[in-house]
Amino acid sequence: MRARAAAPPSVDWARALKDAGLVAGIVVLLAIALAGFRIQDESGGPPLAYRFNDVVAAALIAFLGRLGIAALRAQRAVPVLAGALVFAIALSGVLVFGADEQLLPFQSTVLNGTIALAAWMLSARAAWLVWHAASETSTEVREARMDRLSAQVQKLAWWVGPLLLGLAVALPFLPWADRRLLDIATLVVTYIMLGWGLNIVVGLAGLLDLGYVAFYAVGAYSYALLALHFDLGFWVCLPFAGIMAAFAGILLGFPVLRLRGDYLAIVTLGFGEIVRIILLNWYAFTKGPDGLSGIPRPTFFGLPIAREAPEGGHSFHSFFGLEYSPVDRIIFLYYLALALALLTNLVTLRIRRLPVGRAWEALREDEIACRSLGVHPRNTKLTAFAIGAMFGGFGGSFFATRQGFISPESFTFLESAIILAIVVLGGMGSQIGVVLAAILLIGLPEVFRELNQYRMLAFGLAMVAIMAWRPRGLLAHREPTVRLYHGPPDASDGGPRA
Amino acid sequence: MTVLRVMDVHAAYGPIKALHGVDVEVVEGEIVALIGANGAGKSTLLMTICGNPRASRGRIEFLGEDITHLPTHEIVRRGVAQAPEGRRLFSFMSVVENLQMGAVSADPRHFDEDLERVFTLYPILRERRDQRGGTLSGGEQQMLAIARALMGRPKLLLLDEPSLGLAPLLVKQIFGVIREINTRDRVTVFLVEQNAHHALRVAHRGYVMANGRIVLQGTGRNLLADAEVRRAYLDGGR
Repeated sequence: MRARAAAPPSVDWARALKDAGLVAGIVVLLAIALAGFRIQDESGGPPLAYRFNDVVAAALIAFLGRLGIAALRAQRAVPVLAGALVFAIALSGVLVFGADEQLLPFQSTVLNGTIALAAWMLSARAAWLVWHAASETSTEVREARMDRLSAQVQKLAWWVGPLLLGLAVALPFLPWADRRLLDIATLVVTYIMLGWGLNIVVGLAGLLDLGYVAFYAVGAYSYALLALHFDLGFWVCLPFAGIMAAFAGILLGFPVLRLRGDYLAIVTLGFGEIVRIILLNWYAFTKGPDGLSGIPRPTFFGLPIAREAPEGGHSFHSFFGLEYSPVDRIIFLYYLALALALLTNLVTLRIRRLPVGRAWEALREDEIACRSLGVHPRNTKLTAFAIGAMFGGFGGSFFATRQGFISPESFTFLESAIILAIVVLGGMGSQIGVVLAAILLIGLPEVFRELNQYRMLAFGLAMVAIMAWRPRGLLAHREPTVRLYHGPPDASDGGPRA
Repeated sequence: MTVLRVMDVHAAYGPIKALHGVDVEVVEGEIVALIGANGAGKSTLLMTICGNPRASRGRIEFLGEDITHLPTHEIVRRGVAQAPEGRRLFSFMSVVENLQMGAVSADPRHFDEDLERVFTLYPILRERRDQRGGTLSGGEQQMLAIARALMGRPKLLLLDEPSLGLAPLLVKQIFGVIREINTRDRVTVFLVEQNAHHALRVAHRGYVMANGRIVLQGTGRNLLADAEVRRAYLDGGR
């Protein structure tokens, strides 16, 4: 809609004011509880301090910002640009040059910075509208555009994938790769693996599993207990841990897979908690809240990666005649995580082309149609559950061997929620989407660890942003797994998945 | 040889009785049409044959075997294919993937041959092979639904309202293909239709259903000529 020639539509100020007032009211309600009070530690003084200045400032800023957005919608860009720009420059100036602190709306630098950033964004948007003809794109158009983009990303996947893979393989040898970066990368790769594992259950088979962490815990405890009681190494235990987790998946799946949607989600949520509570209370077996420590580290084909070689043997560096470096172990763990993740991905990609993989996707779309084609719904779902759980178990073993210590605390519902968020935000069923979402959700908060308690803000912000702009996930586009004649992809097949 | 024998079958959706003792017989090589008004129980009968809802009384035999209490997927694996009402395609999967889903219970060695067969039957599907099921036109979707059912090499094909919502020209085409499946591939067809005129013309025999009972049966030609049938289902109540 290019409405440059026509006069801009008149602004319904009463409505805009009412709307802005409503938003400010909501902000006040939220801010009174969240920011209005502060618990004081000083003895003798009152236990609570009041910070109503912050509440008023927040409400005022929300009010003005909302008015600005309303004015932008009505194509009054110039006044908004002026107002937002002045506000942004003033706030940034005070922040940077540290002039009178009294002028700042909040006491926290991070909050002030966030507000300044929002003001800059508003002015940038206004500036954009001033210079370009106002074009109010509808949601459908925007969605379609993003879908086309993600379709292109998926088409690029066959070289984006190897590119990311190359980057991942080369990462430890890049000049800026220090210990901290490698640790973060290992964590991200672990979550990518878990995301891919859960993607089989949620993304492909469409079974909403809120208790995935249970399989992660089963894998971790299987490895730890086998290693501690029977003195077995990581590589021997890994398949066992996977099998145990898959078995747990079947055990859970058998009675509950006749449930659907919300009901299945609730039962799996309960299962996740049951596993954690058993681990917590079965003291004789799991040492309960004390956790299991002294879990052995993985070896490189029998060569331990340590400074001291075992009696009469070699360690990794002495065998290869290398200088020992403490980073070796970190790099090794990173590659181990990468190898496990790639295994997950390879199996998933392969299985999607097999009848059972296609049956998963078909079941997600229409169970009745599947039945009428001769698919056994329960068995098919069970395989999805078991295979997804197996990779959760692998992930758990890796977690145990990396940490050297596990306790039920590591397997709370929050973990399930994060893994599920990675899958959903990545775009259900999209392998590359999981990678991007894991980097976004796990990597960024780790990188921003300096922000302390505001770290989770980055997590929340990423979630809100994706939900606002890509409600069906970053890369919500499904490519057919088969093409008969390897011709050019059909142009008409770019439609959105409704 | 009798392919399908439905004997005194009763079925209900919860407290609502939909079938009150239905008897139907389909012999090998036949096209049998089941016609009737809305809510007569036609679709229910087809679904009861596939085990959902289950027959509360009576007996259903397929090739002499009692299938009354088998789960749906077991019935399908014995050679009963269904193109369900509303087509129920996998709309995010491509045409070929839909056809592969149709072949899950079949011997994978036949796949290429069967694919070629349905592509010859419906050339338009070959053109659309990489397109998503959901982006096909209504007629193409119906063709895909039938083609998908054929991929399992069924001995008996159950079709539920194959002409529903299609343009007259496409209706003609669909029935032409049904006849071709029957004569060339020797597939026995049992179809439910509201479009009584077309259905009875293509069918060897027909049943008329009302209020959960079979009220009339005969050869397709005789039913077409029957004054009662004409008045109720063909002349539009004039």
